Amino acid sequence: MSRAGVGRSVALAALVLAAVFPLVVTSATWQNTAILMLMLAQLGVAWNILGGYAGQVSLGHAAFFGAGAYVSTLLALRFGLTPWIGMFAGAAVSAALSVIIGWPCFRLKGHYFAMATIAVGEIVQAVVNGWDLLGGAVGLSLPLQQTGFWYMVFNRSKLPYHYIALGLLLFALAVNWLVTKSHVGYYLRAIKDEPDAARSLGVSLTRYKLYAIALSSGLAAMGGTLYAQKELLIDPGSTLSTGLSIKMSLVAIMGGAGTLTGPVVGAVLLTMIEELSRMGFGGTGRGTDMVVYGLLIVLVAVYQPSGILGWVKQRFPAPAAPAAPTGGKAP
Amino acid sequence: MLLLQTILSGVLIGLVYALVAVGLTLIFGVMDIVNFAHGEFLMLGMYASFWGFALWKLDPLFTLPLTALLLFGVGAGLYRLVIRRITDAPMLSQIFTTFGLMILFRGLAQYFWSPDFRSVDQGVLAGKIAFAGLQFGLPQVVAALGAVATSGAVWWFLRSTRLGAALEATAADKEAAALMGIDAQKMFALAWGLGAACAGVAGALLSTTFPIFPEVGANFILFAFVLVALGGFGSVAGAFWAGILVGVVEVVGGFLWDPAYKLVLVLSLYLLVVWLRPQGLMGKA
Repeated sequence: MSRAGVGRSVALAALVLAAVFPLVVTSATWQNTAILMLMLAQLGVAWNILGGYAGQVSLGHAAFFGAGAYVSTLLALRFGLTPWIGMFAGAAVSAALSVIIGWPCFRLKGHYFAMATIAVGEIVQAVVNGWDLLGGAVGLSLPLQQTGFWYMVFNRSKLPYHYIALGLLLFALAVNWLVTKSHVGYYLRAIKDEPDAARSLGVSLTRYKLYAIALSSGLAAMGGTLYAQKELLIDPGSTLSTGLSIKMSLVAIMGGAGTLTGPVVGAVLLTMIEELSRMGFGGTGRGTDMVVYGLLIVLVAVYQPSGILGWVKQRFPAPAAPAAPTGGKAP
Repeated sequence: MLLLQTILSGVLIGLVYALVAVGLTLIFGVMDIVNFAHGEFLMLGMYASFWGFALWKLDPLFTLPLTALLLFGVGAGLYRLVIRRITDAPMLSQIFTTFGLMILFRGLAQYFWSPDFRSVDQGVLAGKIAFAGLQFGLPQVVAALGAVATSGAVWWFLRSTRLGAALEATAADKEAAALMGIDAQKMFALAWGLGAACAGVAGALLSTTFPIFPEVGANFILFAFVLVALGGFGSVAGAFWAGILVGVVEVVGGFLWDPAYKLVLVLSLYLLVVWLRPQGLMGKA
């Protein structure tokens, strides 16, 4: 089987596994971990459009995640709007916000851009912290009375959250796939690898970076709405922290930034590392889990900067393409 | 009078911020690497002072030279052990290496020293000094003076010694400096050692007035980033003046407006400056 064939089989197997997992594993803890893992993967995929493909490292993406969580929650609380619509309203607000933020920040390059996004994220967190309309530091909570599919609140079983998270992840992957296949994807990679050459060929760098940040932030916002519906309580600390922003980028980088499925691999790996180190050492309350976590990040970043998928590609190089097309469709 | 008092308090704390940022900008200027673990050097400096005090009753001021040496070793050692391997790596892996180190250091501190808040409660310096109707805490004044002295020493070292000149040459052009016989590896290790020592000294100076805990660095790293970007990446003098500016904006802003928003004020100032002048106040275009 060709490498692309193996890749497709693995992806299919992973999809089936993700679909049946909560049916087979009935432990509430593990089910919850699986949902969080899917949500993290979705955020990594969202981050990847801007950070991976376009190479603009944002460390303030929690602002967009939080925008989604707050907009849909506020619309539900004030107007009884279903989060299914609120989710898209949140994505629109988040995309608009990202363009307002991105337009000045894209003047900055590399580290400068990354640090400006940290500042933006911290400003948003501090402002929401002091904004009474948004619940301030206490946050907003959704009532548990209205349950069911329409309200996206499920209290008997967490299963629906699992499948919504899976659906959102597949949606984000589909958007990413479409982007890579379109001319926008090629321009984004050109902006990342050869910005000067791209500009000299007439590619408007800022315009395509803005497309990337709008898509990326919109998808992150949808994840934010799901988070709000699942937890029923959002506050600045849990939805807008720089730690969350860094986690989004971390999953993409661990798996392989700029690859379609890299963030998913990264999310699986990161969640497993977190859970295992928490189970193995976390009980002591002495920070051993942080030691393991930090050490692994350093090791991956130093020895495998292209992520797990980069390692797979080096380990199993694709066979040289045949000289003439031989009937079958190109992968 | 109250406003003047507030402004001067801002200057005092700003000078300590500046020292943290001088270390960060030194590393950035020489290596083009942003050190996310820089706040952890400050944390280690605080703990070194704390243990000197708790175990041997030595005041942080007396152990300060030792703390500086210790942190120099930590910084240079970290370079030899880890950073050396990512000198030419993509920016992403550089960011995440130092970010991983940040988590690792916090975890280690929590493992060995517990997450409890510690304090050095009986330093030799206590009380206030009054001057022309203004009052300042003695520890704060001494911390600010110590920070100025250390920043000044770094500036003098870069300006007036052969080693400092070699460091500046490496920062300006790695290849050309190597052709002149300057060992870049040594210069990088020196930059990390000095950078860590600056943060360590700042930690020692703050240890009598600030609580000491594993994540204390988080409070300072954000300001250090702002200062480095405001002053111009790699500019020691820029980071110093930016420190004073940010200290004043923070304290006066908290005084005139709502203290909850002083971070917003400082970060907005930062965004405004990098937007209008991406190279910072004193950076070269």
